[in-house]
Amino acid sequence: QSLCVHLNYPLYIRSVPTQGELKFHYTVHTSLDVVEEKISGVGKALADQRELYLGLLYPTEDYKVYGYVTNSKVKFVIVVDSSNTSLRDNEIRSMFRKLHNSFTDVMCNPFYNPGDPIQSKAFDSIVSTMMVQAC
Amino acid sequence: MESLTLSDVEQKYYSELFLSCDVDNTKKVASNGKVLDLFRAAQLSNEVVHQITELCGATRLGHFGRSQFYIALKLIALAQSGLPLRVESLNSVRDLPLPRFVMGKNEQEMRHAVMFADTENQGPYFPRPPGRVQAKKVSAHEMIQPCVPTVDPQPDTTSPVVSPHQSPPTSPHAWRKHKRQASGGNVDRQPSVPGVVWPHFREAQPGPVTGDGMWSAHSPPPVQESWVSFTDTPPSSTLPMHPPSAQVITTVRTVPSAMTTNEIQRQISGYDDPWKITDEQRQYYINQFKTIQADLTGLIPGSAAKEFFTKSKLPILELSHIWELSDFDKDGALTLDEFCAAFHLVVARKNGYDLPEKLPESLMPKLIDLDDSAGVPEPAPEVGFSASPVEVTPNKSPSMPSLNQNWSELNQSNEQWETFSERSSSSQTLTQFDSNIAPADPDTAIVHPVPIRMTPSKIHMQEMELKRTGSDHTHPTSPLMAKPPELSDEAKLAATIKFPGTTVDGYSSSDSFTSDQEPISSAVNRQRSHSGTSPEGLKVVAPPPPPPRPHASHSRSSSLDMNRNFAAVPAGPQQPGVVAFPPAVPPRPLPTQTSVPHGHRSVEGDGLPAHTSTSPHQMPEQPNFADFSQFQAFAVDQPADDGENASDSGQNDVQSEERNATTVNSAKVSTPLAPPPKPVRRRLKSEDELRPDVEDLPQKSNVIATVLATQPSIPRSIGKDKKAIQASIRRNKETNTVLARLNNVIECDHQERISLEVQLEQLRPFSHL
Repeated sequence: QSLCVHLNYPLYIRSVPTQGELKFHYTVHTSLDVVEEKISGVGKALADQRELYLGLLYPTEDYKVYGYVTNSKVKFVIVVDSSNTSLRDNEIRSMFRKLHNSFTDVMCNPFYNPGDPIQSKAFDSIVSTMMVQAC
Repeated sequence: MESLTLSDVEQKYYSELFLSCDVDNTKKVASNGKVLDLFRAAQLSNEVVHQITELCGATRLGHFGRSQFYIALKLIALAQSGLPLRVESLNSVRDLPLPRFVMGKNEQEMRHAVMFADTENQGPYFPRPPGRVQAKKVSAHEMIQPCVPTVDPQPDTTSPVVSPHQSPPTSPHAWRKHKRQASGGNVDRQPSVPGVVWPHFREAQPGPVTGDGMWSAHSPPPVQESWVSFTDTPPSSTLPMHPPSAQVITTVRTVPSAMTTNEIQRQISGYDDPWKITDEQRQYYINQFKTIQADLTGLIPGSAAKEFFTKSKLPILELSHIWELSDFDKDGALTLDEFCAAFHLVVARKNGYDLPEKLPESLMPKLIDLDDSAGVPEPAPEVGFSASPVEVTPNKSPSMPSLNQNWSELNQSNEQWETFSERSSSSQTLTQFDSNIAPADPDTAIVHPVPIRMTPSKIHMQEMELKRTGSDHTHPTSPLMAKPPELSDEAKLAATIKFPGTTVDGYSSSDSFTSDQEPISSAVNRQRSHSGTSPEGLKVVAPPPPPPRPHASHSRSSSLDMNRNFAAVPAGPQQPGVVAFPPAVPPRPLPTQTSVPHGHRSVEGDGLPAHTSTSPHQMPEQPNFADFSQFQAFAVDQPADDGENASDSGQNDVQSEERNATTVNSAKVSTPLAPPPKPVRRRLKSEDELRPDVEDLPQKSNVIATVLATQPSIPRSIGKDKKAIQASIRRNKETNTVLARLNNVIECDHQERISLEVQLEQLRPFSHL
């Protein structure tokens, strides 16, 4: 399971099973394309709360990728193993909401320059708790 | 100078110390050098030492007279005990251990620690400090004297305090635009050589003697104000303070640049709490705040704060962390309190403290220091609004949005009702109780999504329950006692009935908002009203019909219900008696007749009868609930009464007669109604035995005769009935609570369902994505 905050380049990536990160990176990148496609496609507000991308299932490993875009085009991507009891949509949404909130908190910090990798401990802790919960 | 009262031991010890310091043998003045060395042997940080010297007045006098010395020793003892240094505590603290002075190895260790801290900070420092430090080290060895060879635990507490204290000076340096005396006159301080001096501040090295002078002048006044003194110690290099420099205050004059305030060094205070902000520190921070933002109630925007704190030369990462900690409401701006917290954290960091993971309690914005009243109003709402959804879990209880505060009033009032009913113990309160409950119109209560916490009320309920059972079992005697059980029972039921509805509403509102879609199963447990300002939260979705509320009316009809229920309740042998009872009670005018024939309760008359008539009022819709309790109450009271009667048969007779009289005379009022129902209740019991008699003898004299006749027969059956009744009461109560809880759960689930449906509706437009 992993989580990634993207601004077309990763701002923050965290995985629970820390091995195989590269694979996650790859997955995340590919999913980005899908997100972009969705964004451009929808003429409405960009801040669709969720993008449920259940379609991305590989034959070997199956996992789901969820995406979320903020108004500032920052994308959050969560990759979940399908082997886990699937998280409910609501739970995913709540996760994204929490992520978004933490992210805004990070942004509020005047010492943080947008575009920097996110190094906030608070953000880290929130992400960790979330991921632990989801597992 | 405050007078100092010393115990004998202290007196002796102090004089010894004084003599040892009295190198010059003046018998009056202890040489400063020795004294200071001694103080340092106390393993207190320099700042503390300075503070002490100031407080004891030595700075004022310029030397340590005997009294100053004694005071200083006492202060040392205070400091070593971890108490804040206050002049008034000199005499007020009892059982103060003697000040400890350690020498030799411990000292060395301390010195080491200190030195280490020093060297840390001293990297970029001028060469001078190290030299001084060396000198200091040497002198440290010299002083021994009255070393009370205590291998005391104090070092544990003080040394951690000490070492960081060594660095403290550096912090203000960060801001110090300025300098300090090189080694001038009395103020023999190291020039401020903080590695952290910001370049453009470095200029004014050549100290402003004037500034110092000014400060020196100022120092006595603060001392006399019994403030913790400003110890303006130079950076760790203060350690090597020259003995003669009893002067503690050094001025630091700020170079005219961004900041123009005088910098005052502060200790990282808090002997107990390392994060506490002392008054002086706070004042300083406030002054700094003013430089950025004149209005103390206003906010410092993030960019300004960023600039300000960047000057401290802490790494951006740490500053970022500090910001995260201190920006409590996450608004990107700092209020006064937030600013003080941030400043304090920076100061601490510069002095070697590690940044905490979470904001320490004492730095929380809601703590307001007396100094600045302007800052007072701010934090309160801040705290209130800090319920950011991100921090939902930890902040749930402490941070209640103002919306919830409004609701919490309702909450409290509800709780008050509960407590009120709990405590009611007189017939008067019974009526009042009614009036309280009656207005609890279910509809109005439900309309507000009142986030009433179920938990406290549940606790209340349980308490009441316990009380009731307890009182039922243990206080069968006095009328008053009988009454409260009934009342509390009623109230409990009322509460049970009422709260599920309201709580559920409140809960659902908060639940739907948070969209922390927690499993419904946890819903009941989660009865918090955190950030309940959800869009859906305020929806006044037609809640399920609230559980029946107590209605202060329809006594007659409810009594009829009671009839039914009485019949339905399986309460052991009493059942028949109980069933028969109700018909007697309802008709008010009748009670004189009906109650009269029903024998007379002897002792507890008041509560129950009134209760009988009123409780039906209040729980007509849920006869099962209400009447159950009534039953139980009655049932309990009965055996209780019976039991008592058994014990005091003689008195009972007399009392019952009295009761009868009262019954006959004043049947209308609820209070007087007490006796009649008592007899009635008793009648219940006796009816078992003498039902036919009861029916046939609806007359006073007959009743009396009946009562008298039945009394002897009653005691027999009381024993086993009582137990059975009590058991059944317990069972019923349990069932009651279980049902109540189930009810709550169902309500919650229902609310959740509704909220989810609404959400679904809202999201429908997005579904095509």
